[in-house]
Amino acid sequence: MSSSLTREGLLQAYRTMRTIREFEERLHVDFATGEIPGFVHLYAGEEASATGICMHLNRDDYIASTHRGHGHCIAKGVDPVGMMAEIWGKATGTCKGKGGSMHIADLDVGMLGANGIVGGGGPLICGTALASKLRGSNNVGVCFFGDGASNQGTIFEAMNLAAVWKLPVIFVGENNGYAEATASNFSVACENIADRASAFGMPGVIADGFDFFAVHEAAGEAIKRAREGGGPTLLEVKLSRYYGHFEGDQQTYRAPGEVQKLRETKDCLMQFARRVTSRGELTMAELEAIDVEVKTLIDASVVKAKADPLPKPEDLMADVYVSY
Amino acid sequence: MARKITYQQAINEALDQEMARDPSVIVMGEDVAGGAGAPGDEDSWGGVLGVTKGLYAKHPGRVLDTPISESGYIGAAVGAACNGMRPVAELMFIDFMGVCFDQIFNQAAKFRYMFGGKAKTPVVIRAMYGAGFRAAAQHSQCLYNIFTHIPGLKVVLPSNPYDAKGLLIQSIRDNDPVIFLEHKALYTMEGDVPEESYIVPFGEAAVVQEGDDVTIVAFGRMVNYAKDAGTSLRKKGVQCEIIDPRTTSPMDFDTILESVERTGRLVIVDESHPRCSMASDVSGFIAQEAFGALKAPIQMVTAPHVPVPFAASLEDLYIPSPARIEEAVMRVKEYR
Repeated sequence: MSSSLTREGLLQAYRTMRTIREFEERLHVDFATGEIPGFVHLYAGEEASATGICMHLNRDDYIASTHRGHGHCIAKGVDPVGMMAEIWGKATGTCKGKGGSMHIADLDVGMLGANGIVGGGGPLICGTALASKLRGSNNVGVCFFGDGASNQGTIFEAMNLAAVWKLPVIFVGENNGYAEATASNFSVACENIADRASAFGMPGVIADGFDFFAVHEAAGEAIKRAREGGGPTLLEVKLSRYYGHFEGDQQTYRAPGEVQKLRETKDCLMQFARRVTSRGELTMAELEAIDVEVKTLIDASVVKAKADPLPKPEDLMADVYVSY
Repeated sequence: MARKITYQQAINEALDQEMARDPSVIVMGEDVAGGAGAPGDEDSWGGVLGVTKGLYAKHPGRVLDTPISESGYIGAAVGAACNGMRPVAELMFIDFMGVCFDQIFNQAAKFRYMFGGKAKTPVVIRAMYGAGFRAAAQHSQCLYNIFTHIPGLKVVLPSNPYDAKGLLIQSIRDNDPVIFLEHKALYTMEGDVPEESYIVPFGEAAVVQEGDDVTIVAFGRMVNYAKDAGTSLRKKGVQCEIIDPRTTSPMDFDTILESVERTGRLVIVDESHPRCSMASDVSGFIAQEAFGALKAPIQMVTAPHVPVPFAASLEDLYIPSPARIEEAVMRVKEYR
C-alpha cells in the first residue's frame, strides 16, 4: 500500500497519534491519584482511527463523538491544553468546566461533542450534514460510535436517514471488542458491524484500526465519495483499547495478557514508526523529537490545569440559555 | 390588517412568512409534505392534519418528509441547528416524545451549558397535544410539564390563533431550543390575526379577563374553558381574573403573584395529570411566595391520574370542564 501522505502529513499523523497517547497515558496516571473528578474513558490504543479519519477533514466538517472522545477531539483540532483543564474541572477548560471528559465539544473546530449517551451522535451528525448539503457546500459529517452503540436504535435510524437523504456522512464504528464489559462477539448479532451497511443500501468497509495507513486510505475513499454527493458509508474500524471501559475498571473480563500482547505486537504508533523509518520516509530522530515536544506539551497542560481556577459560584447559573 | 383565520392557518402563516424571510428556516417531519417518493402528489397531506399544507410548493427543497424515525430526524434537526439552520421539526403527536426524548433533553437542551456557553441550538419542535379527539392513551397527552422541567428548553402553549402566530414566529427566531405545542382541538378555532408578521414575546402572560375575586391560571386549551367559566360566573356576580401564561418556560410568575396578592384566591386549570404538573408547580410557587395573601386553599382543576381513556363517556369525564372550573371557583370564593 502506498501512502498518499506528504512528509509533512506523516509528521502530522505521528504527532497527533503521539499527542493522544501521551494525553491518555498521563490521565491514566493522574486519575489514580484521585484528584481528577468524575468518569474518564481513555482512547489509548485506538489513536490510528481518529487520526487516520480526521486528517481528511477540514475545520468546517463536523464530527460527533462518544464517551471515549479525547482522541477524536485532539484529532479534530481541539486544544489539548483546554481539554486537560476541562477534565480537571477548571474554568479555563474547553467548556469552562461545565462539561467534563464526557462532553468536551468545540463547535469552532467542528467538534460536536463527546457524548455521554451511547449512540447519541448519529442523528446529530445527520443534521450537520443536512445543513451542509442544503447550503450546497461539500462538507461532511463523521459519526464515531462504538460496538456498544452499534446496537442502538439511534444509529440504525441515523444510517437509514442518511441513506434516504443521501447525506454526506461517514459512520465510523470503532469496534474495540467490548461494550463496557460485554464482548461485541456476544452483543453484535452479525459477524461484522460493517455487514449492516447493506441493510441501509450503503457501502460497508472494514479497516484494521492498528494500521494508520489502512484507516487513512479507507476513510479517504468514503469521505471523497461523500463530498462528491455519493452518500454515506459505514466504516468499521477494528481496534482495541488499552485501558478499561472507564478508569478504575479492573478488566477482569479480558483474557490475561491480552493488552500486553497487543501493545507488543500491534500497537499503532509502533507500526507507524517501523513503517515510515524502514521506508526512509521519516527518521527515528524526527519521531523522537516529536515525542519530546508532545511530552513537554502534555506536562505543561497538567501543570496549568492543576493551577487554573475553579469555576466561580456565579458560573452555576450561566449559559443555560442564550436568553431567558 | 387583522382578519379572522383559524389557529391552524395562523401556524401555517407563521411558518410561511418565516421561511420567506429567512432561508435557514426548514420544515421537516413525518408527512409534512406527505408523498415523498409516492406516485401521486408530492405534497398530498401537508402534515397529518394539513397544518403545513402549501409550504412545499412555496419553498422548494425546504419542506422535508422523513422516515418514521423520531430519534433520527428530531436529532437531525438538532444537529442542523448547531450548523447554522433554523429547523422546525414536527413530532406530530407529543406522545411520540417517548421515542426520541434523548435527542431533546440530553442533547439539544444541554448543549449550551455543557459546552460552556458556546453552542447555539435554534431548533423548534412542533407537536400537537391534548385530549378530546377520542384518540386514547397514546395520542392525547399533554406532557408540557415534562419539557418545562428541563433546563435549556423553552415551552410554548398558545391558546388562540393570535398567540399561535406570534409565538411561533418568536420560537423560530429564538436562539434556544423551543417546544411549541398545539392543542389539536384548537386547530379550527377562529380569531383575529394580523396579516403582517409580528412576535409575541416569551415569558409574558396574558391577562385575558380582569377581576378581583378569584385568580384563575389556565394553560393552553384550558384558557378557553376558563373564559367560558368566567363568563358564567360573572353573571353570578363573581369576577375572575384569568391568566394565560402562554409559555411555561420561561414562566411569568410575576403576573400570577401580583394577581393572587390582590384576590387571595387561586384556581389552576391544567389538562395534564395532577402530579408534578403545571398546576402543582404554580401551586407550590404561590404557597411559598404568597402564603400570607391566601384566603382559601388553592384549587387545582386537572385531569385525573389515569391514562387518557378512549370511550367518549370516559374521555369527557377525564378532561377538565368549564363546569368543574366554576365549581372550583365557587369553593374558593365561599371558603369560610
